[in-house]
Amino acid sequence: MCGGGYKMKLEGRKIYKGTAEAEAIVTKDGISFYGGVDPDTGKVVEVGHELEGQSIAGKVFVFPTGKGSTVGSYTMYRMKKNNLAPAAIVNKQIDTIIAVGCIISEIPCVDQINTNEIKTGQRLIVNGTEGTIEIID
Amino acid sequence: MKLTLEEQDMLDGKYGNATQKSVEILITLGDIFDADGMVDVHGVQIAGVSYANLGEAGLEFLSEMAEDGKVRVLTTLNPAGMDRENWQALGIDEEFAKNQNRAIDAFAKMGIITTCSCTPYLIGNSPHYGQHIAWAESSAVCYANSVIGARTNREGGPSALASAITGKTPKYGYHLDENRHGEVLVKVNAAVNGTDEFGVLGKIIGDKLVELGKKIPYIEGIPEATIEELKSFCASVATYGGTALFHMEGITPEYNKYPKPVDISFEISQSDLNKTRSELIDDDLEIDFVSIGCPHASIYEIERIASLLKGKKVKKEFWITTARPTKRIADEAGYSKIIEEAGAKFAADTCCVVAPIKGRFKGIMVDSAKACYYGRAKNQFKVKIGPIKECVEEAIK
Repeated sequence: MCGGGYKMKLEGRKIYKGTAEAEAIVTKDGISFYGGVDPDTGKVVEVGHELEGQSIAGKVFVFPTGKGSTVGSYTMYRMKKNNLAPAAIVNKQIDTIIAVGCIISEIPCVDQINTNEIKTGQRLIVNGTEGTIEIID
Repeated sequence: MKLTLEEQDMLDGKYGNATQKSVEILITLGDIFDADGMVDVHGVQIAGVSYANLGEAGLEFLSEMAEDGKVRVLTTLNPAGMDRENWQALGIDEEFAKNQNRAIDAFAKMGIITTCSCTPYLIGNSPHYGQHIAWAESSAVCYANSVIGARTNREGGPSALASAITGKTPKYGYHLDENRHGEVLVKVNAAVNGTDEFGVLGKIIGDKLVELGKKIPYIEGIPEATIEELKSFCASVATYGGTALFHMEGITPEYNKYPKPVDISFEISQSDLNKTRSELIDDDLEIDFVSIGCPHASIYEIERIASLLKGKKVKKEFWITTARPTKRIADEAGYSKIIEEAGAKFAADTCCVVAPIKGRFKGIMVDSAKACYYGRAKNQFKVKIGPIKECVEEAIK
């Protein structure tokens, strides 16, 4: 490897197929898309959330697990239609709402990843077909 | 997950887009929960019907699925945001009504029966003991698993729709014997009577299960229970405890199929019931709304309301929420005429939980502990629980 670029590959489990390369936005808090994320701005709006006010649109969204109402799957679909969905999702442990949301919105998704190893701002390649992610800088 | 040839064909798109998307959802869920395959379902109940919950995004998803999706099994819907015939009298605005009907039309296009009710088991979507089903609607899930002995997980809107379109669900969780045994022994040392009191009991048990981190109670000390009391209990224990299955000694069909739990137990006394009842009655209460039918009122409950209202006039907004087929029976029996002459209103297809009535009333009186929870959390009402008779008395006071 030349140029001294940092590269690391993490093996997880495939949840939804497809690949994406984008900047990571990472939180240690759970996420409820229904009520917790504004599908018309792409911003986290849950009061007191670590990412409150920040946009997840077009990024690799890295969080431990989903929470809250099953309507959250539809919120993710709405974000996709608004071109404000995350480019990919990486979880420690997937839950039903996020899994179904990724499938209906066609967002590449991998879980069983130690999300503590990823930092906001790092560039990631998520391969939802293989269930792997690469940190490329 | 092992797939059958048919399931593989579904995944390869041979049955169209909606079926492909549906089987993708089910395979993914099966993989997440370590199912080894699918099981055929005999019926489906779909939640996420109210436009207030679906929004434009949900509606768009449904419309896309309806392009080539058709259900393979008997499928019914949860309550919608309004009565489909009587919405104007209930104060629903026209824009909402239009959007609600678009959602229901998309479901109808897929071959779904659009009776919008949380009590599918009272109107013909009635599974038999041991049958596999895929139901959303937490109270109905709890009723089907516990009171009927059918088998379902707690599905969400999209996964239930996926099961309707494929006729399948991944075999994990409550579909398997090993996950259906009681975990906590609950000894009830008090007389429990009426829908309101069974709701109070459901809250005590639900709250305690959350505290213990357990899901399935085995309840003893209830000598008898009506269908109405059990449906109220199911709604409450599912709301407060996330419970999808309970066993009740001498009442539910699987109570003696598995060993009785011994390691963890707690008791419920008359004073526990009184204390929890008082938690469901707010201070500084001004009641301007009475609603019965959470879950949807049975024909027996409507008959009782009619006999209590006969010749009287209500002075407050009073809704009886029920399934439309039940309302039709009430029409034929003459109960509807008595109730409407007294000034009370039927709200079929909908309920006080999903209708867009946030902030419209100050205080609500109900016979349902579930309705208390959502009345407070979702609609910002003050609440009071009481027996049906007292609810009617409050309405005519």
